[in-house]
Amino acid sequence: MDIKSAILSKYNAKVFKSRKDHILEIEADQTQSIAANTRAIPGIMTNRGCCYAGCKGVVVGPLKDTCVITHGPIGCGFYTWGTRRNKAKSADGRNFIQYCFSTDMQEPDIVFGGDKKLKAAIDEAVEIFKPKHVMICSTCPVGLIGDDIHAVAAAAEKEHGITCLAFSCEGYKGVSQSGGHHIANNGLMKKIIGADDQSPIGQYSVNLLGEYNIGGDGWETERILKKIGYHVVSVFTGDGSVEDISKSHRADLNLVQCHRSINYVAEMMLQAYGTNWLKVNFVGLKATIESLRNLAEFFGASELKDRTEEVISEEMALIEEDIARYRQRLTGRKAALFVGGSRSHHYQELLSDLGVETVLAGYEFAHRDDYEGREIINQIKEDADSKNIESLVIEKDKRYRAILTPERYEELKKSIGLEQYSGLMRQMKDGAWVVDDLNHFETEEFVKLLKPDIFFSGIKDKFIIQKSGLLSRQLHSYDYSGPYSGFKGAVIFARDLVMGLEAPAWKLVTPPWKKKKELLDA
Amino acid sequence: MLNQTPLQFYDRRALRINPCKTCQPVGALYAALGVHRCMPHSHGSQGCVSYHRTFLTRHFKEPAIAASSSFTEGASVFGGGANLKTSVKNIFDIYDPDIIAVHTTCLSETIGDDLNSYILDMTLSEGKLVVHCNTPSYVGSHITGFANMVAGFIRYLSLKSEEKSQKIGIFPGWINPGDIHELKRLVAVMGLESIILPDQSDVLDSPMTGTYSMYPEGGTTIDGIRALGSVKKVLALGPSCSFEPALAIKSKCAVETDLIEAPIGVVNTDNFICALSNLSGQGVPSELEAERGRLIDLMLDASQYFFNKKVAIYGDPDTVVGLCSLALELGLRPKYILTGTPGEAFVERINKNLDIYGAKEGVKVKASGDLFELHQWIKNERVDVLIGTSYGKQIAKAEDIPLVRLGFPILDRYGHSYQPIIGYRGAMRVAELIASALMDRIDRDCADEDLDVVM
Repeated sequence: MDIKSAILSKYNAKVFKSRKDHILEIEADQTQSIAANTRAIPGIMTNRGCCYAGCKGVVVGPLKDTCVITHGPIGCGFYTWGTRRNKAKSADGRNFIQYCFSTDMQEPDIVFGGDKKLKAAIDEAVEIFKPKHVMICSTCPVGLIGDDIHAVAAAAEKEHGITCLAFSCEGYKGVSQSGGHHIANNGLMKKIIGADDQSPIGQYSVNLLGEYNIGGDGWETERILKKIGYHVVSVFTGDGSVEDISKSHRADLNLVQCHRSINYVAEMMLQAYGTNWLKVNFVGLKATIESLRNLAEFFGASELKDRTEEVISEEMALIEEDIARYRQRLTGRKAALFVGGSRSHHYQELLSDLGVETVLAGYEFAHRDDYEGREIINQIKEDADSKNIESLVIEKDKRYRAILTPERYEELKKSIGLEQYSGLMRQMKDGAWVVDDLNHFETEEFVKLLKPDIFFSGIKDKFIIQKSGLLSRQLHSYDYSGPYSGFKGAVIFARDLVMGLEAPAWKLVTPPWKKKKELLDA
Repeated sequence: MLNQTPLQFYDRRALRINPCKTCQPVGALYAALGVHRCMPHSHGSQGCVSYHRTFLTRHFKEPAIAASSSFTEGASVFGGGANLKTSVKNIFDIYDPDIIAVHTTCLSETIGDDLNSYILDMTLSEGKLVVHCNTPSYVGSHITGFANMVAGFIRYLSLKSEEKSQKIGIFPGWINPGDIHELKRLVAVMGLESIILPDQSDVLDSPMTGTYSMYPEGGTTIDGIRALGSVKKVLALGPSCSFEPALAIKSKCAVETDLIEAPIGVVNTDNFICALSNLSGQGVPSELEAERGRLIDLMLDASQYFFNKKVAIYGDPDTVVGLCSLALELGLRPKYILTGTPGEAFVERINKNLDIYGAKEGVKVKASGDLFELHQWIKNERVDVLIGTSYGKQIAKAEDIPLVRLGFPILDRYGHSYQPIIGYRGAMRVAELIASALMDRIDRDCADEDLDVVM
């Protein structure tokens, strides 16, 4: 029996039917299609989270100059308090991400409505913290009881003279975190992007989209970009601020790191402001170099291209020796990757730099385009769940400006893949496995069948895998390490892998008396 | 760090800032993991269980399994009956537990899903069970959810019996696996046999063997829960966690229960040991007395370092009541005592203890509080040491106060859940942790000429 049948054979008919199109083996010469962004199956231990997690937890949460109030019972706010390692520093010492704000809804609020409490909570937040920006994220019961959070937000803006933005990101919406990303993107587009036409913007200006500064990744990427001579106008949203995002529409180019969570903003800004976007990947050495070269190519200035090559040489010179040493110890190892929306793709590049082959990869909440490339987007059929997430109709803003001539635009589409993303599958080798929404059962089975040396995943399955005698590293939190981006990050990542694989305790798992017995039995 | 926390107080009525509690379902999940071959199940949207598994895993550094009804918008409108039915089928088909313990969420509670009738309608295979409890997130805290799940197991499974066995029952409350191992040892030393519900030892501290087992060795067995109905007495430890379960076993099976404080600290452990001794009809073995003696010896030896040091203790009510008691016994001066879990009984329990030591003056005690308020108190009058969960590390850093991590959740340290805080041994560990924190501070802060090698 082949691997796919072996795994699916353990499922009952209904689960079999739902899962069979989410698992495929790469056939390099074929155009393959995978099912994604469909409902999780009740009772199956999925790693997925909810709409609120995507909106508050991922996109809105890292904003350091914003008081984000979770409207709901206490749990949701509590679980998103300082748990995603979005690092942020603020010049004036005012940093909201150290705080957790919640309306802590109680039974009477559920019965009689929670909007009064929400209003009072905003009033109190304004009185105590004097924030310029307040955002509200709703949790499941809010949508069910019908609190009009948008009306509360509008009233608060008037009363307090603040920006107040509400997100209806109830957990039950959509099929995963993904719906929440979209809702957050819509909110930023409607209200924040384009709000500041005054602040000065430097030459070669870019926004860094889909970089949440986990473990300091964004800072490392920014360091390199600044060293070359770019002006990073804003970051969505790691170490990010409403203040910066307000002027993002005036940057020349959007760089998209995490495609899944932020591609909506990239597309909407293209339509409204004419801002071109470029898919980049600052994870991995070859990937970082290619991204930097593409970026220089976009602007086309020879000073920028020369400086890019200089910086690449300088940075590589600093790490080459370390990378070679680690590569020697890692070459030939096999990895499985199961992360959220883009990392399962990005990290394959870094692993390949280190001589590690990816035998299995999958996304938790991606759409088909993240696997197959954006060109299939128009083939994706809308279903009841995706229809529930609003798609904004964007009109050309009066500040629209195209910085490329149509000819140059076409040229760049070909040469640097401007406004394209080719997805994870094309990266993968013949015979490797792709699994969408990989679950607990399949994780265990694939571990047995493919015998990877390292499994990259999240905290919920980390110890399941580790108990099986296999190194598991978290690629959501980097196991409290990082940064992993850029040149220096690659070394830290490689060090962490070697450290994990060579931890002395692995050799102590079997006690000597058992080893002796095994020898005797043999 | 926390630069925006002002000195002056503000009478907040709506905004919760930096909570010291979380919601009911995670407590129900933790309780259910203490039953052998049990799959906890969250009836709601899948985000809830994702967060809960994450939090428990981060605290224990162990797998925490649980499934979800994965509600979508449709289920939220039309009810989650079909989702639960599908879940139960899939869980038994794929993960093969003996029992599924369902808890609700704010989502399924708000739409009014009737779990009783859903479960009654199910046809289950021979020997397979589904139980449930209601855990609306907008009532109480994670502690309430824990209590409700334990009571749920009893209501579904415990069997009333006229004949009482020689065994005793113990409701340990929310403690770590390391505590439960210690609890079991104490009961065994006292010559008793017990059924402990729930029992996360050997589940959430299962050994590394190179083989993963979804259902490790530990956990209260289903037969054990059934037999709770025939024990001669149940010791229910910690009123916040164990009152509901005690009520359930009393009303369902007419089992006698004693509700006492969790055995944290000398006097609370003494009370627990005396209760065991009454039940066994035997005296206290000399090994236990020696253990107690060693603890008191340590407390006296190090007493000068504890004396009058101001301490803030925060966390879950039963744990905090116990730690406050131990703090008083050590000679520390509890200054701020806070829990996020609602219920004024907490304040009374703390005050009763403070009264015994005549230590009530200037002390702030609060239920339903939060860490923002605790920080404000500390900004106005500082303490020498903080005792509580990981979230206090922000205050500790902001105010440069040592933090002794005890309670739930501890997300940023390893090994803590293997070690007890209950019993005499647990008290010894806590005393050592506090003394070391205070003494490290003396070493760090003193002038070179004052650094003592001998202390």
